[in-house]
Amino acid sequence: MATPSPKPIIDLTGITKNFGSFQALKGIDATIYEGEFFSLLGPSGCGKTTLLRMIAGFETPTDGSIVIAGQDMEGVPANRRPTNMVFQSYAIFPHLSVAENVGYGLKTRKMPKAEITREVEQSLKMVDLGGLGDRAAHELSGGQRQRVALARALVMKPKVVLLDEPLSALDKKLRDQMQVELRQLQQKLGITFILVTHDQEEALTMSDRIAVMFEGRIAQLASPEELYRRPVDKRVASFIGVMNFLDAKASGRMNGHLALDIPALGSIELPTAQIPEGMDIQNLDSIGIRPEMLTILFDGSEPTEQVARGQVTGTAYYGDMTYYSVRLPGHTADVTISMRNTAGRSIVPPGSEVPVGWGADSIVLFQ
Amino acid sequence: MNSVRKGLSPKWLVFYAVAYMVFLYAPVILLPMFAFNDATIISFPLTGFTTQWFDVLWKTEALHGAVRNSLVVGVTSAVLSTILGACAARAAARYRFPAKRGIMSFIMLPLVLPEIIVAVALLVLLIQLGMPLSLATVVLGHVLICTPFAIAILNSAFQGLDQSLEEASYDLGESRWGTFRRVVLPLVMPGIVSSLLITFTISLDEFIIAFFLTGTEVTLPVYIWSQLRFPAKLPSVMALGTILLTLSVLLLILAEWFRRRSARKQGIEASATGGFA
Repeated sequence: MATPSPKPIIDLTGITKNFGSFQALKGIDATIYEGEFFSLLGPSGCGKTTLLRMIAGFETPTDGSIVIAGQDMEGVPANRRPTNMVFQSYAIFPHLSVAENVGYGLKTRKMPKAEITREVEQSLKMVDLGGLGDRAAHELSGGQRQRVALARALVMKPKVVLLDEPLSALDKKLRDQMQVELRQLQQKLGITFILVTHDQEEALTMSDRIAVMFEGRIAQLASPEELYRRPVDKRVASFIGVMNFLDAKASGRMNGHLALDIPALGSIELPTAQIPEGMDIQNLDSIGIRPEMLTILFDGSEPTEQVARGQVTGTAYYGDMTYYSVRLPGHTADVTISMRNTAGRSIVPPGSEVPVGWGADSIVLFQ
Repeated sequence: MNSVRKGLSPKWLVFYAVAYMVFLYAPVILLPMFAFNDATIISFPLTGFTTQWFDVLWKTEALHGAVRNSLVVGVTSAVLSTILGACAARAAARYRFPAKRGIMSFIMLPLVLPEIIVAVALLVLLIQLGMPLSLATVVLGHVLICTPFAIAILNSAFQGLDQSLEEASYDLGESRWGTFRRVVLPLVMPGIVSSLLITFTISLDEFIIAFFLTGTEVTLPVYIWSQLRFPAKLPSVMALGTILLTLSVLLLILAEWFRRRSARKQGIEASATGGFA
């Protein structure tokens, strides 16, 4: 993974947006760095698209400032911003050929024809559409339209490429492939990409950093790994991947350790370093643990730090993985445990009593 | 569906459809029949083939003036009502403003208003204003009745225009005017062409308003009506009617062809871009 260079390209300060009495954005502060793949992730209606459209210049903030490459964007219209956008619907001009679509922006810059042709061809090659310049827009498949939209933005050599759910219209297989390609292209070009998506998997696989948004606010801004391992609250935790929540209480603090009482798993001690910054342990009411951090212990499994007992209530087979629903004593809901289907390991039938292994370092504290 | 099938057998439906078509088009077919008939009296049996009635038309000076007037009025009305229609359709598709539905239905009202009422009302108004009756006043009346048609046609063209196309154009550095010229106009062009052709056709054969609002210069329908008083002129009126009929049909076919061609070019379902015919 590329380390984001520390030079800021976009500064968002105190951005709010009101649509009538509805407040779509409630104060957004964020800095996006040069060469970074940055994602705005959240459920629909969280304001992520509004924020992207603001950076593009299609919406104006009610309050706050947007600085792109050192220049305040207030009063700068969309057609004079150093950003280019890939629209959700791709917005391919239906009356123009592929080459005319890609060269559209260069023509507004009054670039000589021969140069446009060269740039367009180069940009089409970059997205694997070399030689398709003469095709009519309506002859393209969904994936090809997506590539044309991308080429049309990239040919402008923008400082920032904005992508509004660009993969949502593609089928699963094509989407997975495009995720990889987009990421590789971004790394090769070193241009800042800002992606809007509601698909957490997409955000995790492609981004350097992700801003998770709920109801007009950024709930957490962090790297994919940090988001997954240390979500700041229950909402972020359940939005990114699957999280098992278990009731818990802090029972005391002694010599650098926090004593935790988790009815379903037992009592443990945690190093205080694991307490999130700014958390008052008096308010701690639950812990989270990811499905892959819980293990059903088979004969010959490596021993784990902690062991609890549970009863399998259901299984879901995914080929490479099996997801178990397991009832732990003293816990009202089932927890999910994911197990890799390695050689010689059979699926445990529902009803079986199983030992469940886990480690204290994999739990996340919530209040 | 089932109850319809039980109530009416397919045979009866076919009979009904044929009868309907005959009722609709038989009178129209009479027109060319008598236009080429070698007799001054309009009645069966036909006596022989002639093109003399078309020769008569060719030699009638007053008719030429009427044709010229009708063309001037038709073209002017078509252009004006299409421009007005385009503005209204664009506003309806893109902007939100108070009482939008009310305003839109108000603009569409002339579509259902009896023409005679419109004609009389306009006449009274023009006289009150002291405006002399001329071809210009006819154009005024025709724009009023053509604009709703133009809006109806152009509405679907503008409504079908994806807003993100315009945004993409701004985003790529184009100005508002440049976006209109390079994206909006080419995409609504089929609608504009069919609107021009259809409003022209409406204006060309409109009688009541033209009759009330015209001064000394008459349009073609008014001229035809004036000729009906002379039985001897009837066959040549039939000939004129035949020419007009052919032209109207050709224009409508042309309008539809234009619309389908550009729809095909853009790979859109022909029905999706909206059309009149």
